[in-house]
Order: sequence, then C-alpha cells, then structure tokens
Amino acid sequence: MDLAYTPEEEEFRARLREWLAKVLPTLPPKPSPDDWPARRSYDLGWQRMLHDAGYAGLHWPVDAGGQGATPTQHLIYLEETENAGAPYVGAGFVGLLHAGPTIAAEGSAEQRARWLPPILRGEEVWCQGFSEPDAGSDLAALRTRARRDGDAYVVSGSKIWTSHAEVADWCELLVRTDPSAQKHRGITWLALPMDAPGVTVRPLRTLAGSAEFAEVFLDDVRVPVANRVGDENDGWRVTMVTLSFERGTAFVGEVVACRRVLGELARTARRNGRWDDPALRRRLGRLNAEFRALWRLTQWNVSEAETGGGVPGVGGSVFKLSYSHARQELYDAAADVLGPESLDLDRPWVLDRLSSLSYTIAAGTSQIQRNIVAERILGLPKGR
Amino acid sequence: MRFQLTADQRALRDVLRGLLTRRFGGAALRAAVDAPGLDRALWRELGDVGFFALRLPEADGGVGLGLPEAVLAFEEAGRALLPGPLVATHLAAGVVPGAAGGEAVVTAVDGRLVEWLAEADVVHGEAGAAAGAVPLRSVDPLTPLHRVAAPAPADPVASLLTAAEQLGTATRACELAVQHARTREQFGQPIGAFQAVKHLCAQMLVRAEVARAAVYAAAVTADPVDIAAARLLADEAAERGARDCLQVHGGMGFTWESEVHLHLKRAWVRAQRGGGSTESEELLAADLVA
Ligand SMILES: Cc1cc2nc3c(=O)[nH]c(=O)nc-3n(C[C@H](O)[C@H](O)[C@H](O)COP(=O)(O)OP(=O)(O)OC[C@H]3O[C@@H](n4cnc5c(N)ncnc54)[C@H](O)[C@@H]3O)c2cc1C
Repeated sequence: MDLAYTPEEEEFRARLREWLAKVLPTLPPKPSPDDWPARRSYDLGWQRMLHDAGYAGLHWPVDAGGQGATPTQHLIYLEETENAGAPYVGAGFVGLLHAGPTIAAEGSAEQRARWLPPILRGEEVWCQGFSEPDAGSDLAALRTRARRDGDAYVVSGSKIWTSHAEVADWCELLVRTDPSAQKHRGITWLALPMDAPGVTVRPLRTLAGSAEFAEVFLDDVRVPVANRVGDENDGWRVTMVTLSFERGTAFVGEVVACRRVLGELARTARRNGRWDDPALRRRLGRLNAEFRALWRLTQWNVSEAETGGGVPGVGGSVFKLSYSHARQELYDAAADVLGPESLDLDRPWVLDRLSSLSYTIAAGTSQIQRNIVAERILGLPKGR
Repeated sequence: MRFQLTADQRALRDVLRGLLTRRFGGAALRAAVDAPGLDRALWRELGDVGFFALRLPEADGGVGLGLPEAVLAFEEAGRALLPGPLVATHLAAGVVPGAAGGEAVVTAVDGRLVEWLAEADVVHGEAGAAAGAVPLRSVDPLTPLHRVAAPAPADPVASLLTAAEQLGTATRACELAVQHARTREQFGQPIGAFQAVKHLCAQMLVRAEVARAAVYAAAVTADPVDIAAARLLADEAAERGARDCLQVHGGMGFTWESEVHLHLKRAWVRAQRGGGSTESEELLAADLVA
C-alpha cells in the first residue's frame, strides 16, 4: 500500500500545473448558466486548449487519438484542474466520457476516424439519448423503434432527460430494432445527427429553474445504417461498456471540489457565529471524515484499475452510493451554516444544494445501485 | 501511486486468517463464550507468528514491518473476534518484557476502561493508572472490563488498530448477513431476494468499503486527522453492520446461540476506546479551519 506518487507522476503534475497557471488567466469570462450557446462555445474552447496542449482524451487509448495516460495520471489531471479552478468538461461530458469511449471500443475504423477527432478537438458535442418516458431504471424496456429501410434506419419515438440536447451535434441513441426479441436482445446503438429532419428538442426546466435537459422527439428520422456502432440488436452490450465508464472516474474532480467547499463552509461558520454550535462542528467534522475517505477510495479504485487495467468495475457503484449521499449531506450542512440565507438563490451553495438532489437519481438511482451491489458484488439472488 | 495490497501484504493476511480459522474458529469461539478466560497457548502462538512484534525492528528481534501490516493483522483479529488485550500487548512489544513473544499478557487503560485487567500480567502506561479500578459486568462475554476514575490520554496508533478491528467486524458482519440471506427461505424464496434485505446488505458493504479506504490510508500516512476519520467511519461501519446483520438473521440473531450478538457487543466495546466519537469529530472540524 503506497500513497506516494512516482517521480514520473510528480513530473506530470508539475508540467500540468505550470501549463494551467499560464493558460487559465487567458480564458474568457464564464458565461451565464442560462446561455446555452455561450456555454457550448466556452466548454469547447477549453477543450480546444487542452487538445492543443496535448491533454485531450488523456485517458483514451492512443490508437483512438488519446494520450493513453495511466489511471493515476488521469486522477492527477482531474485533481489539478479542479484545484486550479479550470473549467469543467461541461458540454463535452457525453462525448469525452460516454460516446467517445464507446466508439473507441466498439466502432469501426471509419467510425473512429469520423467521430473521435472532433470530440477531442472540441468541435462536436454529443448527448445521450437512452432514457424514455417509460424506460428509466428499466432502461432495456425502451420502445423507440427503428425500422430498416434500405441503407437507413427509420426511427420513431421519444427520449427524455437528455442533457445538453439543445446544443448537441450528435446523440448516442438506443433504439429497438427487434420488438419480438427478449428485451435486452433487440436493442441497437446509433449515432443520430441532431439536425436530421424529424428531430424535435423541447427543453425541460429542472427544479433549479434552468433548462439542463430536454425531451427529444423522433418522427420518422432517417439514420444511415453506417451510423450503427456494433451489430444490430447488440446495442445493450455496447451500452454497458458506456455505462461502466459513467460509473468509474467521473466524480474525481467533484470530490476535490466538495473538500474545498467543506473548508469554505467551516470558515463561513466561524465568521457568522455558527461555529460556536458543537452540533454543527461535529456535523462538519464527520463530513470531513467522509470526504477524506471518499478521496482515498478514489485512489484505491484508480490503483485497482491501474493494476487490473481495462474498464472500471461495479466498485463504482459502491463509490457512487456513498458519494451521492455525502454530497447531499454537504449541501444540507451548508444550509445549516447559512440559516435563513439558505433560501436565497443568490447565495453561494443554494443552487448546488438543489442540483445535489439529482445525484441519487441520475446515472442509476441509489436503489438501482444497491441492487447492483447486492446482486453483482455480494451475489444475492435476483428478485422480482 | 499503488494504493493496493502488495503480494506480501496479501500473504500476511492469508496466513493470519488461516491461523485464526484453525485456532479460533466457530467451535473455539463458542467454547470461549462458555468458559471465559484467556487462552495463553493461543497468545503464545500469536507471539510466535509475530502478531505482537510485527512493528518491532528486526534488530530488536521483531518482524520489522509497519502500520499497514499491523492494520491488516488487526483486521483479521477483529473478524475472528479474537479475545484479549491485543492492542495493548502489541503496543507494549519491545517495551514490556515478554510482550513481543506473547509470553506476557499486557493491558492498558484506554479511555475510562481497562480490558482483561484480572488476567493481565502487566498494566502498561502511567504507574498506578489502573489503581482502584472497579470491575463491571461486561456486556461482551469475551471482554472483561474494569472502570477507572481518570481517563488515559488517547493514543492515535491504538485508535487506528481499533479501527482496523472494527473494519474486520464490519466485513464479517456483511459476510454473515449475506450467507444467511442466501440460504434462509421465506415466502418460497431466499430472503436475500427481497429488496429490503438486499439493500441492508448493500449498505453494509458500502460502509465497510469506505471505511477500509480510510483505515488503510491512515495506516500509510499515520496522520492523526486521517486516523480520526478512519476511526469514526470504522466504528460506524462495525456498529451499524453488526446491528443490520442481526436484523437479517431475524429471531435467530437475537439468540445467545448465534454469534451475531458477539460482533455487535465487541463493536460496542471497541467504540468506547480512546476519546470516543466527539473527540474525533472535533479534531476533524478543527482541521477544516486549521
Ligand atoms: C439531472 C439528470 C440528468 C440526466 N441526464 C440524462 C441523459 O443525458 N440521458 C439519459 O438518457 N438519461 C438522463 N437522465 C435520466 C436518468 O438516467 C433517469 O432519471 C434514471 O435512470 C431514473 O429513471 P426514471 O427517472 O425513469 O425513474 P424511475 O425508474 O421511474 O424510478 C422512480 C423511483 O423508483 C425506484 N425504482 C425503479 N426501479 C426500481 C427497482 N427495480 N428497485 C427499486 N427501486 C426502483 C427508483 O430508484 C426511483 O426512486 C438524467 C437524469 C437526471 C436527474
């Protein structure tokens, strides 16, 4: 057991830190959260800078245009960019963390050449069209239908909760190609161009008041067969590759950020007098323990990925269960520090408290994660 | 960075688990409950395999390993519910004659309690610390306890080793619950197929694994704030884990016969060691504004 970084890892960190110190002051001002086109160009501009400096697709394999960095280097990258206040991956999330890795793992040479470079260069945005009104946790129940017609699929149906749909160029879309097959067997993965005729996007406001996701209606949309990744009816397996990426290292930067917020909370409490309350101090102390542990668990999982290699496993569910809960506790504690000001949307942490509520729902609800832990790690019988 | 067990560390854990399964398995545990007392022969055997002298330098006749290895050893002891003042004797190795080799049973005042005072050969620590100690009727049949008037100052290494024992209990409680949930049937199916049971088990694992990361990391850094974090999470993982394990066992879990209560009671005993959770939480809070 060793927590020390190797000289090569430290050198990687030093070079990155130096680069960040140079480029971050040159960034344009952050756009308003409601201005989606501005957010898109801000996020893509940052991706372009990463690309030009050789940091794009750090954790992607080299033959997919990535840097082939080790999981530990990726961890260092996420830690340093967060500490330096660098922009988040933002609109690049699905492309860099889900669709891109899926295409890299399962796509043909032409597909990789077509779709991967624009993701890495910050030219194209992807969204994820998986969930449907009647297929959320039970994703395999999805009904959006794709019928083969010559060299195209004709797609009809609707998707919901699609993040970044308004500004996306592409959608990684799950469709049903064989309605008579068993539900996991008749699904296919398609790359849908969002500007295709028949695609309608209707933004949905979240409880935080902004439009972070959308409904996507598909009305006889023609998608070339060449846009299919993997075999017809093999989309469930292709998708599982993507979801396991989603449950892997996605939260590293956020844990670093939560630890910083916790420090800020404690200092705020000292200023406003709440610190005199031992119950509040103990609450923040316990959160300190939890986030320290979550950081160590991250390092543990990253080391495991490094020794085992490949796709992060179901251990990500253990992490997500604990982290999503701790994050909600953190912002509840923030409200405890702020008192009545916690009801003012213009105060820091108030919107974060609202958005933290999605963490136990998105990317597999906590109940579904517990099912995964119980059935796949502990080997308890599947139930109905 | 390689935050994983090394091959040597895995081997050490396996050797100890093998020894404890052989020497202190289910039957021995039952026998110990029926006839309380410290098994001196087992104590010597632990000495022989280096349990107490683990961190003593080789030049002093020890094994020359570090806190990470000690934590793995204490995790195994915790899993097995191994009785005796293990932490105090381990900390006395190289200081109190006979401790390293398991010839002497050494206890110490920890918090306001002394474990195994009547059976111990030596009370380590400040002279007279255990003077006037009053026996109490211990809730844990395998840990005789005395109460003292003045608490001893908390020792971070003792607290970390306690956390390691708690981690062992948390893991074991989860395993026992899962074993039972797989085999016990009600309503025509294993109870582990019921989601309410499944989710209890899943949360037991989550708490144990988060605590594991904290305990192992604290063993590497030996930092007092890391140790306080590890201890808080391990105490919680053990106490809640053992309690949920009892729930999964139903009426059987409430019996003297089943071993489940022994895990819960030991977790309670260990949770009282050192300063308790308030002190850890205050230390972790102070760290935020340091
Ligand atoms: C902020 C946000 C962003 C999102 N972004 C995207 C996106 O970009 N693309 C996309 O495809 N999807 C996205 N989603 C959708 C997300 O994946 C789903 O919301 C999630 O999978 C849950 O599905 P559901 O909303 O239909 O809830 P349901 O599945 O209807 O669940 C409702 C409740 O029932 C419980 N439940 C359901 N099944 C079980 C079961 N078997 N056992 C126990 N309890 C159960 C759930 O835990 C939950 O509490 C996003 C969601 C949010 C909140």
